[in-house]
Amino acid sequence: MSLHQARFPAVSRWLHWLMAVMVLTMLFLGVGMAASVSECYRFLVAIHRPLGVAVLVLAAIRLVNRLINPPPALPDGLPPWQRVAAKASHVLLYALMFLMPLLGWGMLSAAPYPVVIYGSLRLPAILPQDPTLYAWLRQLHTDFAYLFFAVFLVHFGAALMHGLIRRDGVFQSMASWGGRFTPKSS
Amino acid sequence: MNEPPDLIDKAARALARFALIGAVLLAAAGAFAYVGGWLSPSRLTQDRMIAAFRSAGGEHPGFRRNHAKGLCVTGWFEGNGNAVGLSKAAVFATGRSPVVGRFALAGGMPSQRDAPATVRSMALRILPPGGEEWRTGMNNIPVFAVNTAQGFYELLVASTPDPASGKPNPAAMKEFLARHPETVRAMALIRARPISSGFADSTYNSLDAFRFVNAAGVSVPVRWAAVPLQQFAPETEAQHTDPDKNYLFDDLIARIQRQPLQWRLVVTIGQPGDPTDDATLPWPDERRHIDAGSVSIDRVSSEDQGACTDVNYDPLVLPPGIEPSDDPLLSARSAVYARSFTLRAGEKQSKPPSAVTTSEVQAGGTR
Repeated sequence: MSLHQARFPAVSRWLHWLMAVMVLTMLFLGVGMAASVSECYRFLVAIHRPLGVAVLVLAAIRLVNRLINPPPALPDGLPPWQRVAAKASHVLLYALMFLMPLLGWGMLSAAPYPVVIYGSLRLPAILPQDPTLYAWLRQLHTDFAYLFFAVFLVHFGAALMHGLIRRDGVFQSMASWGGRFTPKSS
Repeated sequence: MNEPPDLIDKAARALARFALIGAVLLAAAGAFAYVGGWLSPSRLTQDRMIAAFRSAGGEHPGFRRNHAKGLCVTGWFEGNGNAVGLSKAAVFATGRSPVVGRFALAGGMPSQRDAPATVRSMALRILPPGGEEWRTGMNNIPVFAVNTAQGFYELLVASTPDPASGKPNPAAMKEFLARHPETVRAMALIRARPISSGFADSTYNSLDAFRFVNAAGVSVPVRWAAVPLQQFAPETEAQHTDPDKNYLFDDLIARIQRQPLQWRLVVTIGQPGDPTDDATLPWPDERRHIDAGSVSIDRVSSEDQGACTDVNYDPLVLPPGIEPSDDPLLSARSAVYARSFTLRAGEKQSKPPSAVTTSEVQAGGTR
């Protein structure tokens, strides 16, 4: 196998790990909220909404960053199906980072619920009041959350495979933090 | 058979790494499932609460899971400025804010017969100019029967009719009350309330405590009530035996069509030590009351056409200046109302007509 040279630029790595924490927090908050009747519920909702908006903003920043700083190429020895899987899962992850907040915002608009971010800070409705549309978007928000978590597991599992089994430098290209980066050959 | 030991060692290490990856992924998936409640079937979740409503009141697609029988009204709230020093909410400034309201009877049965002892509710969605919004649901009882979501669930289960007899099992209720002395005390207060002749002369209480926050950031505990300007008249024997199963709603329709009905919004200011996290406990009568404005209701329509039908009267839709208290029922109500709303919004196309129909409203409350 050939040398896997490059590492993601620092800004890409920061964005990736920041969003990893935020997205996972959102998925756990969301699945917890949807089950909860406890006194935590209102706090979970109060965090979920502004954090969702932050994910949307960061997803946009991240997409621009990706155009400016394209990701390093995958190692040459990677089987074609894994290249396709890598590409597809990344497209899905990006799509979901945009879709989930937009679905959340859209469904609250259609319900209608005020889209309160914090205190008197509210977002405008992006859809007209329509209960049927609301129910549909609310279901999609759930379905896509499960899909998001499933794709996360695939992504995380693949990352660990690169890091622990293949040891081809792909894992380190995102997960190394030292000032010096030693490309790994295998 | 004679593998070199280092090769076996290498294979074992690779296997261990695979196992590690599997364990990490399994742990992540397990944590997700745990938070979602799938690993703890005895945890009280929104789904279980909704299922308990279904058992108690039956399956009624398109209707609210509780307070299913209702009527839409509109009108306005007129703030008088009295509460401005306590809450910065725009609704309390002098001036009118449009109201989309709903009167209803507690219970998940959308066609139940009107009855004096059934809890009556008034729900309001108030939209002052400027984009703030306040939703509140109030009941004609002085305190709530339970103080936690778990208590509510158990009460619902205990009052669920036995499929064989069609009546709740008295032993289940007795067992519930033995474990919930707060409900025994609350029920005594609830049963002792004077029952008025109808929706129009009922007083509706927020039951849960909230907090008012003024422009300076000072926060005080409050409860509020809609107190009727209509003269109180007690429920009469003739009403009990009225063959009209919608007699309370029909009376409300007739009265609104005669002249607008009015309620004063009375805010009670709690003192340190007054319970804010227990809706079964009343506050002392001598607490300071403020008349914050009046609710006027001048139009009525069936739920089949009214603007209230698509509103979830979520008690946590609050404007800046009104905040939740530490009452656990607020989160529980908000969560379960939201689930109920999601379900019925999805069932809208298959919803049968409401008990109080458009033609009944047009006929002025006569059937």
